[in-house]
Amino acid sequence: MSSFYDLLIGPFADFAFMKRGLVACLALALGSGPVGVFLVLRRMSLIGDTMAHSVLPGAAVGFMLAGLSLPAMGLGGFIAGITVALISGLVSRYTTQKEDASFAAFFMISLALGVLLVSTHGSTVDLMHVLFGTILAVDDAALLLMASVASVSLLLFAVIYRPLVAECFDPMFLRSVGGRGGVVHTLFLVLVVLNMVSGFQALGTLMAVGLMMLPAVAARFWVRQVWSLAGLSICIAFASGYAGLVLSYRFNLPSGPAIVLTAGGFYVASLLLGGNGGLLTGRARRRHLAR
Amino acid sequence: MSEPLVSIHDLTVAYERHPAVHHVSGSFAKGSLTAVIGSNGAGKSTLIKSIVGLLTPADGKIELHGLKAKDAAFLPQSVAIDDSFPISVMDVVLMGLWRQVGAFRAIGKRERWLALEALSLVGLEDFESRSFGSLSAGQRQRVLFARLVAADSPLILLDEPFTALDARTTLDLLRLVTRWHDEGRTVIAVLHDFEQVRRFFPDSLLLARQVIAWGPTEQVLTADNLLKARAMSEGWDEAAEICLGIGE
Repeated sequence: MSSFYDLLIGPFADFAFMKRGLVACLALALGSGPVGVFLVLRRMSLIGDTMAHSVLPGAAVGFMLAGLSLPAMGLGGFIAGITVALISGLVSRYTTQKEDASFAAFFMISLALGVLLVSTHGSTVDLMHVLFGTILAVDDAALLLMASVASVSLLLFAVIYRPLVAECFDPMFLRSVGGRGGVVHTLFLVLVVLNMVSGFQALGTLMAVGLMMLPAVAARFWVRQVWSLAGLSICIAFASGYAGLVLSYRFNLPSGPAIVLTAGGFYVASLLLGGNGGLLTGRARRRHLAR
Repeated sequence: MSEPLVSIHDLTVAYERHPAVHHVSGSFAKGSLTAVIGSNGAGKSTLIKSIVGLLTPADGKIELHGLKAKDAAFLPQSVAIDDSFPISVMDVVLMGLWRQVGAFRAIGKRERWLALEALSLVGLEDFESRSFGSLSAGQRQRVLFARLVAADSPLILLDEPFTALDARTTLDLLRLVTRWHDEGRTVIAVLHDFEQVRRFFPDSLLLARQVIAWGPTEQVLTADNLLKARAMSEGWDEAAEICLGIGE
């Protein structure tokens, strides 16, 4: 009994950094879960990835000006991410180039600029920190930022939920009834960037998107409504965060990859066993029909 | 001709400076039921998207009498809709009430009742909690027609509503279109099947980027006009040079 306690609860009771890490995971899950669901529904799964990388030069500038301070790096990252998102959006609107192509172009420019800035003005350790993050070094200021992002995200989702769903399902219909699809799309992109910024302190720019996408695509194998997808995705993200922290403590693993790999485990399990089109359950149904 | 609901004055709509609809003038009478026909690329979809306000004219204008563009009920081509989207049939139909509830107002008993009524009208009783993606193509189109019913609009525009549907579904939905006509609504539909047009649509508009013929169907669907429309679409590229200054 006591070994269960030592394994599953003890670390969080004994160490403030584990406690903070867990709260950070909850905040990240609340914001990133719904964002990931809508990224998948808008077929922007990979755009999420490119957005995460484009945050880098802004974070680097923030780091150069203010040192290892999350608010400064976060603000820089937010500005860089939003700039890339808006420029790509404009390019796809005014030229024949599709949004994913212009996103890819601007994110590469942004990423290269970021790496250049970090490597000329910081050490490799700093670059590693920005790329991979350290959830166990989250301080009060960072925690406050993550909690604020989560709150703002949930509130904004509540406000734009109906038009956002309509815009994903049938954009032409929404425009025909005078709905402001463009405004909703832009607000959604702001949410994506905000949650990226919130995630990169904990998981780094490379993997922040992991806690966004993996729970969302895993949830797709279980439920069939947007609200239930978002809810389940939050639960999977938080469970991944908790289990990842436990694993990282027990086996002395880096926390970021441990969390994202746990989320990956949830995805593979859902892929195989999910009640809504999972591979194994789907096969069982086919066999049943064949008889 | 009776009182017009939609008047079009010398309308030109262009994509990247190539006109897709070219100097179109005319009007859809209040309560009329019109089929818009023509070959691929003849500007049929462009015309009705312009009426709904989805496209901005390069030249000329569209006048709606007594209603706004966003008051029209519009059914986009089925390819424009994400049919794997996780949404219930009820929520799709409720979208038709957007003009009343908008983005924020609550959906109550009355709205749900209207949606259920609309579903029973298209023959989908008890389908409201099904997932839209789990339906067949024909059932999905019935749900989208229920969304139009719920919108209760005086002007209904359909972009290729019967593409890839079986005969039974097509006939049921055509009956609904006829019912709308009997209720005095104005219906404009982009269609391909001339047999359907002859049977169900009193008026027709034959397009080949410009108007070839517009009026009672039997006077529009003549061998002469169809030949002319075909020649127009084939000879278009040379003709494009002549009209300068459009959309520049």
